[in-house]
Amino acid sequence: MTTDQNMIHKSGKLLIPLLSVVSALLLSSVVIFMTGRNPADIFLKMFRATLGSEYGTGQVVFRMTTLVLAALAIAVPFQLKLFNIGAEGQLQMGAFAAAVTGALLPASTPSAASIPLCIIAAMAAGACWAMLAGGLKVRFGVNEVIATIMLNFIAQGITGYLLTYHFAVPSTEHTLPVIYSASIPTFSTAFGLLKNSPANISFFISIGAALLFYIMLFNSRYGYEMRAVGLQPEASNYGGINNGLHILFGMAIGGASAGLGAVNMVLGYKHYYESGMTGGIGFTGIAVALLAGAHPLWILLSAFFFAVLEYGGLAVNAYIPKDIFMIIQALTIILIISFSATGKSRNTP
Amino acid sequence: MSIAVQLNGISKKFGTFTANSNISLSILEHTIHALVGENGAGKSTLTKIIYGMFSPTSGDISVHGKTVHFSSPRDAIDAGIGMVHQHFMLVPSLTVAENIMLGNEQTGLFRRLDMRKINETIRMHAGNTGLDINPDVPVDNLSVGEEQRVEVLKLLCHDASILIFDEPTAVLTPAETDRLFDILRSLRDKGKTIILITHKLDEVLAVADVVSVMRKGEIVGTMETATVTKTELANMMVGRNVLLRVTNPPATPGKTVLDVRSLGCRTQKGETRLRDLTFSIRAGEIYGIAGVEGNGQSELLQALWGLCPAGSVLSGEVTLDGKSLLGKKPAEIAFMGVSHIPENRLRHAVILDYPVSGNLIFGRHRESSFHKGIGFSKEAMENNSRKLISEYDIRCTDPSVQSIGALSGGNQQKVVLARELNRPEISLLILAQPTRGVDIGAIEIIHHKIIEARMKGIAILLVSSELEEIIALSTRIGCLYNGSIRHEFDQEATSLKRKEEDDFRREIGLYIT
Repeated sequence: MTTDQNMIHKSGKLLIPLLSVVSALLLSSVVIFMTGRNPADIFLKMFRATLGSEYGTGQVVFRMTTLVLAALAIAVPFQLKLFNIGAEGQLQMGAFAAAVTGALLPASTPSAASIPLCIIAAMAAGACWAMLAGGLKVRFGVNEVIATIMLNFIAQGITGYLLTYHFAVPSTEHTLPVIYSASIPTFSTAFGLLKNSPANISFFISIGAALLFYIMLFNSRYGYEMRAVGLQPEASNYGGINNGLHILFGMAIGGASAGLGAVNMVLGYKHYYESGMTGGIGFTGIAVALLAGAHPLWILLSAFFFAVLEYGGLAVNAYIPKDIFMIIQALTIILIISFSATGKSRNTP
Repeated sequence: MSIAVQLNGISKKFGTFTANSNISLSILEHTIHALVGENGAGKSTLTKIIYGMFSPTSGDISVHGKTVHFSSPRDAIDAGIGMVHQHFMLVPSLTVAENIMLGNEQTGLFRRLDMRKINETIRMHAGNTGLDINPDVPVDNLSVGEEQRVEVLKLLCHDASILIFDEPTAVLTPAETDRLFDILRSLRDKGKTIILITHKLDEVLAVADVVSVMRKGEIVGTMETATVTKTELANMMVGRNVLLRVTNPPATPGKTVLDVRSLGCRTQKGETRLRDLTFSIRAGEIYGIAGVEGNGQSELLQALWGLCPAGSVLSGEVTLDGKSLLGKKPAEIAFMGVSHIPENRLRHAVILDYPVSGNLIFGRHRESSFHKGIGFSKEAMENNSRKLISEYDIRCTDPSVQSIGALSGGNQQKVVLARELNRPEISLLILAQPTRGVDIGAIEIIHHKIIEARMKGIAILLVSSELEEIIALSTRIGCLYNGSIRHEFDQEATSLKRKEEDDFRREIGLYIT
């Protein structure tokens, strides 16, 4: 590859996601139009309901927080050419661990201890869950896609069982609330901003995580080795790098990130675990990561876009079915994958 | 005798690289025609052209007197050409008969397959050729030799009259090889034409009627095997490459650094790749391993770098300065003072997407002098790049941006060499094919640097398929054949014989074939 081609490659990297988003929006305009509505009207309503209002912005921020972390859970293993489909299960395990830890702590525990403890519990649960898939891959060569999908089901089963038979408040579908000190303040209580919305301080955790992961991947020795393992595993072997260890750690870091994503929902908003609370965010995270090309900083932007779509879709539910926005999301991803595939096939002789 | 395949002025270019240039060749009917040459001589390309996998850049082919233009192997098969690939194309879970008819099922929609008729056809073709095999056995129950016979049967059932064998003995035991040769002879006697690709000269002399020698994409000679000797063939095959002139001052070797004692290696499939391999290298000498590829070089290199394929079993003893190397991991071996330049540069020595500067520390990235905080010191990396780039004359634009994949093969190899030779405190340097695919200018620099490293007292193992390189650089030479050192030239003999290079090459040729 010459430098010229490198340049084309770099601008192409930006072009493809942009093109996909635009075409997906156009295509969904057609779908909206076919339902008998004016697409421009709907998009305007969507804007008003999200970024046009304080509460809506708060909802977007809240959703974005978990999406960023869920997408990072996919992006890190992606550098190792591993496809972590299991962010959903990791998120579930993290959410459950955080809620149970927060509920079991003595009520007198100060925030400085209770919040970190819950966060550690969530991250550890997510990391262990993802590491299981990594271990299966390293030890037995089990495809990580299959392993993580199966682990999603198992996570669902385990949390469901534990909730129903051990931790649920009688005749409800949720756990006891976490102790008061373990809740993370919302923007409205802390700064009087984004009033009444679930947006909370853990938003900064997700921004911090994205920055940290960026540095880890592209500016640290660990990232140097890790990307080498992903690009050329055989060469890494020759260079004395332990590929298996990288697979284990890479998955664990991804899982920890997903677990951290649960903190936003449990400590920042609901304050307890309830069945179905993760609602597929782990899967949307895959879309977010793909749109961003698995780059931690672009994930911020991509997560923002998906957060707007998600909440905007809910808000205009009265006019058009929310399903339209699921179509937009899915279309975007299909388009990205197709565009980058045609880009690749054109480059190879 | 009439001509089965006629090639007229065939050339094949891949980009700027010429794999075959202006090849004209007549392959007669009812003969076993061997095509020999070193790796990269262009044998495979030529056979792929005959088999329709590549179309030639220029020139034409005629089969049985008719000019043909193959656009795919399907066309070649229709013209009666069949090929037994080095790696068999069989479905392990299906039976022999099912494999043979695969893609040629004689049946209509919803009609049952007439297995009896199929078995009959197979028996008819197998008769009297030594190809007898039970058609109802699943292929995964067969030995390698039997699998190969299934491949041959497949071609016969598809009415092939011209059969191409690509390195057919590479996977066979000696007994199976003999059996294959019997089959080849009886096929010829039944009127088939056989094209045999190999680099094992004993086999050529044993079974072929005619032999063509290829070198650097050209046919350098075609003759009847009855009229040539092995030495002549070896000499034609290796030939004279570029002028290699490096001043090689007498060495004064010190103490033994690497000691390999009766090293053996068996693959997972039970094939013996190394047997009783014994040699040692002293400080300040270059031990050259001459040999045709596939005689155990790769396995030796993998064993020395702790990267044997899963399932293979090593025996014997390898020590570095008295400490055992076997069972250690690459990072540990590197830490003991070993530097390794692998044979497959693109796959094993560099990360193609990383910039030149990042590749100049790859594998050495644990050295604390490159570190700063959790990452690398930009300054240290720049200094390292600047120093090595000027010292080794690496041609690149901006080392911190340009990816190594954008450099030429020669410059890539200079990057690898620069990195490995500059490891602090190395006592052993393992060099595999250090100048493969490298242009002449770069070869000179690389050879110069290798001699320089030897003068510093580093023990060097040089594995190369270029005899000239071995002769020019080595202090001692071991001739590797079939997994063990068949003959070793000591320091005196090597420096003496180097003066009569042609004779020396011929003599080595005898020991490695």
